[in-house]
Amino acid sequence: MERNITCIICPRGCPMTVKEEAGKLVVTGFTCPKGEKYAIDECTNPVRTVTSTVRVSNRKDTMVSVKTAAPVPKGKMMDVMALLRKTAVEAPVSIGQVVLTDVFGTEVVITKAVD
Amino acid sequence: MEKHAIIVVGGGPAGMAAAIAAYDRGVTDVVILDREPHLGGILMQCIHNGFGLHKLGQELTGPEYAAVYEKKVMERGIKVYYEATVTHVSPDKVVTAQSRQGILKFQADAVILAMGCRERSRGALNICGSRPAGVYSAGTAQKLMNCEGYMVGKKVVILGSGDIGLIMARRMSLEGAKVEAVCELMPYSGGLTRNIVQCLEDFGIPLYLSTTVAQIHGEKRLEGVTIAQVDERRQPIEETKRYIPCDTLLLSVGLIPENELTRACGIPMDPITNGALVDDICQTQIPGIFACGNVLQVHDLVDYVSEEAERAGIGAAELILNGAASGEAIPTKPGNGVRYVIPQNVRKTGNDVSLFLRVTQPFGKVKFTVTAGDQVLAVAKRLKAAPGEMEKITVKANMLENVTEPIVVALEEL
Repeated sequence: MERNITCIICPRGCPMTVKEEAGKLVVTGFTCPKGEKYAIDECTNPVRTVTSTVRVSNRKDTMVSVKTAAPVPKGKMMDVMALLRKTAVEAPVSIGQVVLTDVFGTEVVITKAVD
Repeated sequence: MEKHAIIVVGGGPAGMAAAIAAYDRGVTDVVILDREPHLGGILMQCIHNGFGLHKLGQELTGPEYAAVYEKKVMERGIKVYYEATVTHVSPDKVVTAQSRQGILKFQADAVILAMGCRERSRGALNICGSRPAGVYSAGTAQKLMNCEGYMVGKKVVILGSGDIGLIMARRMSLEGAKVEAVCELMPYSGGLTRNIVQCLEDFGIPLYLSTTVAQIHGEKRLEGVTIAQVDERRQPIEETKRYIPCDTLLLSVGLIPENELTRACGIPMDPITNGALVDDICQTQIPGIFACGNVLQVHDLVDYVSEEAERAGIGAAELILNGAASGEAIPTKPGNGVRYVIPQNVRKTGNDVSLFLRVTQPFGKVKFTVTAGDQVLAVAKRLKAAPGEMEKITVKANMLENVTEPIVVALEEL
């Protein structure tokens, strides 16, 4: 089976092809090793970083942006969103501050400071 | 009147990088004026990741990227006026701003324009139909959702496949909205490939090319849109009209450099980029006034905004420290397949010069050639080229030495 994958590691967006040859995945079309790894991961265990917001409970109409510190399985993005919807933080918060731990093997951290 | 060596108009990614670069080059009397109560500009609402891969070697979100530069501004003690909206820049470099303290007036030795850009709105598109609530520019919706926590709608159609539209397709899907379609007037997407993949394909959102919104329906709130394919003259084809019920229409139909100050100052403009005509240090045709970032040309990557702004900052600092550089200016011109080239003038200063350009349409494998008369100055090959992705080609200083004729950048398909 052959699968065409556009690399999303960087904005270059290399068009890659993954083929199975003798039980091994072979990638062509990449320009850096990160791309090759991405193509294989995309066929075996696709992951995405989730970025979203959580409410700041002690500030009016204020959201603060957060992200998963590492990518989570692609199929779990909506589960992360469901957890974030139930989450609020209290200002002040700083970049890198952990909001949730143990989220599909990683953490959710703040990406914007609120004084 | 307060006097400063360099005044930077705008504290977004371009303004911050320019101020830092000027300071580090030896001009410490640098002031930033921004209309918002915080630095960072549009980055503060761009909560998605992918910023900084080129410039900082790490993948950051917008606010994190801004914070890296904000910290540098603060460490250097660069003075920032917040909530100060610049209303006028004069050719002799008097900068006027409105602030909570009243009207501020500054005399600068050099001014760096870094006002960024704004979104093209519904009014510029002539979409027929009523004027209900629920029609937003994509960036407005982004600010409402990401900064103020206001969900703009549940059933969404997006017109325009620019990067902000694509990013918002994903953002709204994650927040539980159903994005019915992304329509793109052109036969190709204007966004980065990675955004098509991550924002549309991941969420099963269809992208309809050569398609537009022909009519907007609804009285108080948007009830639906009629979409239609377009012919080669980009006119809707009657038989292809199709109604999509929705409560929200997001417009991601182009960005316009915010150059009112530039025009009022009498700075000569480039009709293609809608930005000022500049030389290799981002200096406009009024000496001592520089322009960088999205006010000069709309970028797709903030990393390149920061780089461009650093050139402007260093250029402004060197102008103050050493006076105007001598050396004749050679004009640049777009050739076959190239829409524009920045800078529009290159001076021979003994430095390498980077040329930035966009192609006219999507191409496969291409070869760019930079020539002056019959002299070839640089060649660059790319696996593909698209209008949505800015190209950079560097010409070595020694190649420029004997150039007298205009520098032309052209491409040929391989």
